[in-house]
Amino acid sequence: MTVSEPPQSQTSSPSSERSLLPAMQVELDNAPETPAEPKIEVQGVHFYYGKTHALKGIDLTIYANRVTAFIGPSGCGKSTLLRTFNRMYQLYPKQRAEGKIILDGSIDLLDPSLDLNLLRKRIGMVFQAPTPFPMSIYENIAFGVRLYENLRPAVMNERVEWALRKAALWGEVKDKLKQSGRGLSGGQQQRLCIARAIAVKPEVLLLDEPTSALDPISTAAIEELIQELVEDYTVAIVTHNLQQAARVADYIALFYLGELVEFNDSKTMITRPAKKQTEDYITGRFG
Amino acid sequence: MAAADGPEPPAAFSENGEHGEHAGAHAAYAEVYSSALYRRRRWTNRVALTLSVATMAIGLFFLAWILWTLAERGLVALRPVVFTQSTPPPGSAGGLINAIAGSLMMTVVGILVGAPVGIMAGTYLSEFGKNHWFAEMARFVNDILLSAPSIIIGLFVYAVIVLRMGHFSGWAGAMALAIIAIPIVVRTTEDMLHLVPVTLREAAAALGAPRWKVVVLIAFRAARSGILTGVLLAIARVSGETAPLLFTALNNQFWSTNMNAPIANLPMVIFQFAMSPYTDWVKLAWAGSLLITLSVLLLNIVARIVFRQQKAG
Repeated sequence: MTVSEPPQSQTSSPSSERSLLPAMQVELDNAPETPAEPKIEVQGVHFYYGKTHALKGIDLTIYANRVTAFIGPSGCGKSTLLRTFNRMYQLYPKQRAEGKIILDGSIDLLDPSLDLNLLRKRIGMVFQAPTPFPMSIYENIAFGVRLYENLRPAVMNERVEWALRKAALWGEVKDKLKQSGRGLSGGQQQRLCIARAIAVKPEVLLLDEPTSALDPISTAAIEELIQELVEDYTVAIVTHNLQQAARVADYIALFYLGELVEFNDSKTMITRPAKKQTEDYITGRFG
Repeated sequence: MAAADGPEPPAAFSENGEHGEHAGAHAAYAEVYSSALYRRRRWTNRVALTLSVATMAIGLFFLAWILWTLAERGLVALRPVVFTQSTPPPGSAGGLINAIAGSLMMTVVGILVGAPVGIMAGTYLSEFGKNHWFAEMARFVNDILLSAPSIIIGLFVYAVIVLRMGHFSGWAGAMALAIIAIPIVVRTTEDMLHLVPVTLREAAAALGAPRWKVVVLIAFRAARSGILTGVLLAIARVSGETAPLLFTALNNQFWSTNMNAPIANLPMVIFQFAMSPYTDWVKLAWAGSLLITLSVLLLNIVARIVFRQQKAG
């Protein structure tokens, strides 16, 4: 499907609004009803891998209790930006970020004196490939909790169950909590990783292509999970899959070559994007 | 196209080109099979395969010969008395219990010293030093130590410990064995920690785990069997070392568990007895050789089982 008319022509008739996404009509009623509070404000962020300038002055806002999706072609910087929020890049000496990333209107996440471990307790992350730790399912969840909380065994059991229920995994693993987390299927492993991330009760959840290694059924389960999680958490998700962004996100940010092309609510982004480049990306003409 | 994983060389594609019909494809393959290039490749393949199988057979032949000789001469000498009596004077019967005990004690002390040092050094190299110049240098020195002749290590311990203490001792022997074990453990520990995926470390760090907890609770656990395998291989290696003990523990004809004095050990007893003219001694040397070989074999089998468990887990 190609869109010949300019995006402005659609704004005049909101009743007949339709998605520019090819071969798919997206439910467009997931736009936020209540005005959203800013959770993370990205202000003029530059990022360098050694001498490579990977992010070139990014400004955007991640709203509280909303899903924000980062999309764009490979190497556009979307994962890089996500990894600045919990300073993951700092594991590697040659990577550095400049600018400001303000959490809750007061804390600069790029402040060198910030305690990284406490920051990462507040901002959890789930990676592209499932990474179960080499221990039991129960211990996988308890590991992160034990880092910052000293819970009695009964309370810990409750926490593990709560996290597994949240991640829609409890029913499948409740009888084998002592078995190795590596024995689960790929989709179950990824939900285990999500459970592990929410067990420490972070405020923000960063998802770096969480479903790219999964089958469609597991993907659907995780997308549904994201929709539920956003009631309690702020979610930022990197995805290659435009349909996925349209399905789960309240806001979409399109990146290209280290720059932010456009950032808006999902409905606007996929029905009447302001920029030609966004429209071309969404309709599949580039990227 | 199915040809991609078959034995047909890619020439089939260009011959076939756009036509893509099965009859045409078959004709093209037949042509390729009979071509000079294909026949030459097949012949080269056969020669290479024959040569590599032959070299493997030569290696196995000598191994089998060694094991057969050991079994033939060692088994007859391996009687219960070997495990109950100490090494005899020339011309009388006896056993090897003092040498077995001495070897065990020195190996245990050597590994108790060498394994922790080796594991910690390997952890530094893999987790903290990485490409720092000091780590690069330590890695280089460790590789040299790994291939250093063991007699030089014996000589070093002789100069540093034996001469200062004024006498040979089990402690000196254990230190020499520790120095031989360390580079093996360092190397395997570093290699095994390298195999732990970076994503696993990132996942642990992303939960807010401080670096030392990532190493101790995640990386060590993931590499556990590999590191243990390295320690087992180090035990296997030091349990047969003779040269470093020649300069350090020397030998002792009598039962002794005093690590502060010369102490008997299997390699030295074999060295001394095998070259003697007394049949009793020669027999005991064969029994001792068989014992060392069997224990090394056992350790290697255990190491393999342990490592296989890691892969499965």
